[in-house]
This record gives sequence, structure tokens and C-alpha cells, in this order.
Amino acid sequence: MKCEGYFGEYGGQFIPEVLMPAIDELKEAYFELKDDEDFQNELSYYLKNYAGRETPLYYAENLTKKLGGAKIYLKREDLLHGGAHKTNNTIGQALLAKRMGKTRIIAETGAGQHGVGTSMAGALFGLETEIFMGRLDTERQQPNVFRMKLLGAKVTPVDTGSKVLKDAVNEAMRNWTATFENTHYLMGTVMGPHPFPTIVRDFQSVIGKEVKKQIMEQEGRLPDHLVACIGGGSNALGLFHAFIQDKDVRMVGIEAAGKGLNTSLHGASISKGKKGVLHGMLSYFLQDEDGQIEEAYSISAGLDYPGIGPEHAYLHDSGRAEYASATDDQALSAFMELTRSEGIIPALESSHAVAYAIENAGNMDKDEIMVINLSGRGDKDLNTVIDIMQKRGM
Amino acid sequence: MNKPVLVSFLVSGDPNPDATLKFMKTLDKYSGVIELGIPFSDPVADGPTIQAADVRSLSNKFKISKSFDILKEFRKESSTPVILMTYYNPVFKRGIENFVIQAKEAGANGLIIVDLPLQEATEYREICKKHEMGTVFLAAPNTPEERLKISDEASTEFLYLISTFGITGARDTFEQMTFDFIKRARTTCKGKICVGFGISKGSHAESLIEQGADGVIVGSAFVDIIKNYGDSEEALVKLEELAKELSEGIDKGYGKRK
Ligand SMILES: Cc1ncc(COP(=O)(O)O)c(C=O)c1O
Repeated sequence: MKCEGYFGEYGGQFIPEVLMPAIDELKEAYFELKDDEDFQNELSYYLKNYAGRETPLYYAENLTKKLGGAKIYLKREDLLHGGAHKTNNTIGQALLAKRMGKTRIIAETGAGQHGVGTSMAGALFGLETEIFMGRLDTERQQPNVFRMKLLGAKVTPVDTGSKVLKDAVNEAMRNWTATFENTHYLMGTVMGPHPFPTIVRDFQSVIGKEVKKQIMEQEGRLPDHLVACIGGGSNALGLFHAFIQDKDVRMVGIEAAGKGLNTSLHGASISKGKKGVLHGMLSYFLQDEDGQIEEAYSISAGLDYPGIGPEHAYLHDSGRAEYASATDDQALSAFMELTRSEGIIPALESSHAVAYAIENAGNMDKDEIMVINLSGRGDKDLNTVIDIMQKRGM
Repeated sequence: MNKPVLVSFLVSGDPNPDATLKFMKTLDKYSGVIELGIPFSDPVADGPTIQAADVRSLSNKFKISKSFDILKEFRKESSTPVILMTYYNPVFKRGIENFVIQAKEAGANGLIIVDLPLQEATEYREICKKHEMGTVFLAAPNTPEERLKISDEASTEFLYLISTFGITGARDTFEQMTFDFIKRARTTCKGKICVGFGISKGSHAESLIEQGADGVIVGSAFVDIIKNYGDSEEALVKLEELAKELSEGIDKGYGKRK
């Protein structure tokens, strides 16, 4: 039998047999709708009029001057409805679910951003919505739990395993196994069995397409560096995808180094992970020598997934993209820096990408251009940041 | 045709490796096949009962090599076929060929890898064939006819029929869908077919065997006993009682068939 959905050696469909028909149905539906003009028009309509695309590409002049090197632009996904890039994908997949005749959507969430995005789409399109979230994350992300409930979703805390994001994925997959006849599993990032990594990447690639057009208008040329944070990798691929053929454009993904790559508390699955198979895909995972999956850690709940989407694993091995990391502390400093210098409070996830710029932009030439994907806004993280500041007596 | 059998599932290391060996010996008397689970940190195809067993095992720092050790010990006394059940990552991490060789040396007759579907299993099947290791694939009620045929051909020990949609875990009754599925598989498949997921009583076994299954696979119901009674004499008594009830159910169902 022919294997589908591979990026180099990564990807695939490593799923329990019961899910095969559901995955086949999804694949057929998606590849048919992908080029369907009505579907694309409807999607564009909602992205523009509901979600607020296109988002600005903002020249961060103050930050640029302060760092004294490359010109820094911010792609303002924080201004998208819902407060993060997640909305691009949730609207896309909810429309897909509707076209497939599904009446219910389910999703996993860590930080809660994807849960909120899914709940918004569920409300918008009249789909019953259930969100699986690790018990620990429901406690850490109270405001987002409340948002989901307000939006009419059922939030199911997951008490199995380590009670965080990967356990929520397990639970959502289990639920889908029993309910796929009426339910679409609205995957939150570029992971999972084929066709999910492709579907999510396609829906997010609007980010890079806009950047390409906007930077041509503003600078008359392509950027030198694209920088984005990496949880599962969707905002990063969304930014990168339109530029993959443009070999002079560097692409840099920033993983969570947490308390440091030399500790066990991080979420750096490319830097520190090994090839493995989980959640339907062959990719890089944090794991022990027996192949048991290890917990990831990051100050930002959206980055503490122990794996990475398969296309990133491929871009890494082929050398087309580079992967670096930022610690909790570097992300926090970047959070403060962007807030003070530009009046923009970034999500802690996005702050990891900003941290890379702070580290590196000063060493670059003034005519170099760096585009940072500001994947989300920081309102959801205020409690986390306040707690830390108080503990440190700031 | 051979008499249908009970396939008994346990998680190795739950609650400790010595107990697993005792449980296996107890179940051996009534079982045609023993399915020995290798615990995994993220068992997405399993229900809460088996997941909790995996956690109990792994939280005692259980290592996969221990599963092989348990099986080696068991082999000193019994020649009952043993199938190792696990997820793909532990196999992938060791290297498929290494894993198969080690399983073979330990005395395993076959492997079930629940998240390695046919279309990803080409290399795995070649390696198993080379080392004469048996393979078991799964099929669900919604598996299309053509795929059911290929799954049957790819399964050297038996084809694992999943009784329903969803995950493992004991349930009360079986739906018509399950019975229809067994009948369909019976006419389509050349090899043996065993039904699993949700079987916990003698009456379940009876009705499923009556429909033509070659075996019933019981996991969560045994694991529940281990959860409740731990590493104790009582656990052995309860396991034996249930195994006996199930095998009587199998006999009755088989009797009704003729
Ligand atoms: C604001 C924000 N950025 C980034 C991420 C990480 O996800 P991904 O790597 O898929 O973009 C999340 C996930 O929750 C998020 O909320």
C-alpha cells in the first residue's frame, strides 16, 4: 500500500484502525474542497469580515533603533479576532466540518487559545463544541476556560496522564474514535496524522502570503529573516510556507528552552528530541531511551508540547529552516521590552520569537529585514507575568 | 476447525513484574493465547482502565526489557502462545528489527502494534516475516471490505476485530453491529478472527463465539481485578474465576453453533 502524507521521512498516518475511515473521509473532503472556488470564497469572506484579515505588517521602529541592527517588522496576528493566529485555522476547519455535514467539533487545547478559537468558530457556525484540556492547564488558564464556556463550548478537563496538552490530545483522539460519524476533530496545529499537518498549514499559510505582498509594498523586496515561535509549529509554517521556494529568505523557528536546554524543563523537541511516533505522526519527540514520551515544559502553555509537526522536522533535516530556542527568562525580558518600546503586549509564546530578535538583530546589518510573527497578544498571560513579577519583587 | 479460545490481556509490570508472571500463570489454564501488554506513556487507543494500568506500571520505573524478562520466565513453564501488544514508538525507538529479535528470544509468538496500521507496516511486516514473528492487525466494523481482506492476509496469528467504535473498556451489552461485523469477517477472512474491546462476562463470550468468532480478547475486565486486588492471593482467585466463567461462555457459544 502506498504511504501518504510524508514530508521527507516525517509524517504518515500512525493511527488506530478505527480512525482510518474518518481520516479517509477527511482527506477526500479536504482535497476536493481545497480547490473549490465557493469554499475558498466563503473562507475569505469570514477571514476578512469576521476575523479581521488582513492583519498589518508593522515596522517596529523603536525596537529597531534600540537594537541597532536589522529592520524589524511585526506581523500582527495579535490583532486577529480571538487574539491569535489560531482563528485562521479554526474558521477554515469549522467550514470544512460543515461542508462534511458534521454537527459537532472537538479540539484539544493547552494555553486555551485554540480552544477559544474553536469555540468561536463553533458559535459562529452553529456547531456543538467540546474542548479537551488538561486539568493543570484549566487551572493555569482560567480566563480562557471562562471564554470557551461563554462561547457555548463544553470544556472537559482531562485527568489522565500528566494532565497537560499531550493528554488533552490523547483524550480528543479517543473521543473522536467513538464519535467521528457526526464529529470533526479540529486539530490545533500542524501535527497529527495526514492530512491534518497539511490542512492546518494551508489554512495558516495566509500569514506568509500577506507578508510577501506587504513587504513588497513597504520595502520593495523580500525579507532576509522570518522568525516565529514553535509549539506544534502552525504559526511558524503559516509564515514560512509562502517563502519556501525563496532560498535567500532565512527561516528561523524558536522553541521553548524553558529553564534551559541543559535541564529537563523545556519544550525543545527539535533541539533535544529524537525521532519517534506519537499522535499519528513520525517526527521529533521528547522521549526516554525506552520510547516513553516525556513531558514538555515552558512558561507559555502554548509551547509545551513534547513534539513538533512533521513538516518542521523535514525543514530542519533538509536545512531549509533553522531552529533555535529561547528560555523562559529571555521570553519574559522580550515580553517587557516589546511592551515598553512599542506599546504592544505580546503573548508569551510570541515573546520567544521576539527574544531571538533581541539576541540577534543588533549583529545584523541595518539594511537587513527581519519579520517576526507576533502570533498572539499577551492578555491571556497577564496572570502568569504578574505572579512572576511579584515573586521577584518587581 | 479448532475450538475457539480465550485471549487474556494483561499489562506487564502492573502492579509489578513478579505479580504479572503470577497472573499469567493463573490465566494460562483457561487461555488459548496470552496477550502481554508493554506499557506506553500515551496509550491513545486504550480506555481509562488500561491507561491507568500503564501508569501503575510505568510509575514503578518499569522498563520494556522487563516485559521480555517476564515472558522468558513464563516460557520456562508454559508453551501457550504469547502475543506482545504495544504502541509503535517503543518499537521504533529500539529499531524494529532489534525489537523483533528480542521479542523472539523472549519467546513471543506474535506482535500487535495498535497504532501501526497496514499502510505504515511494510517494513515491519518484512522484518517479522524474516524472523518468523507472528503479526496481528486490527479491523473495525467500518473497515471497508478490501481493507478487511488485506488485514486478514497480513495477520498470521489472528485478525483482531474491534467490537465497536471507541476505545477499550468493559461495557454491558453488544450491539447488532458487532454481531454483523463478526458474520461479515467470517465470510471474508481466511484466517482466524478474534473479537475484543468491552468483553467482561461469560454471556458476552457466549454470544460472540456463537456468531462465529475464533476467540474473545479480554483485557479491561482482568485489569480491573488487578486494580482492585493488586498483587494478592485474592487477585489470583478472582482472575481465575473470571477466566473460568469466560471459557465456559466460550464453550456454550461454541455448542450453540453446531
Ligand atoms: C499565541 C500563540 N502562539 C503560538 C502558539 C504555538 O502554536 P503553533 O506552534 O502551532 O503556532 C500558541 C498555541 O497555543 C499560541 O496560543
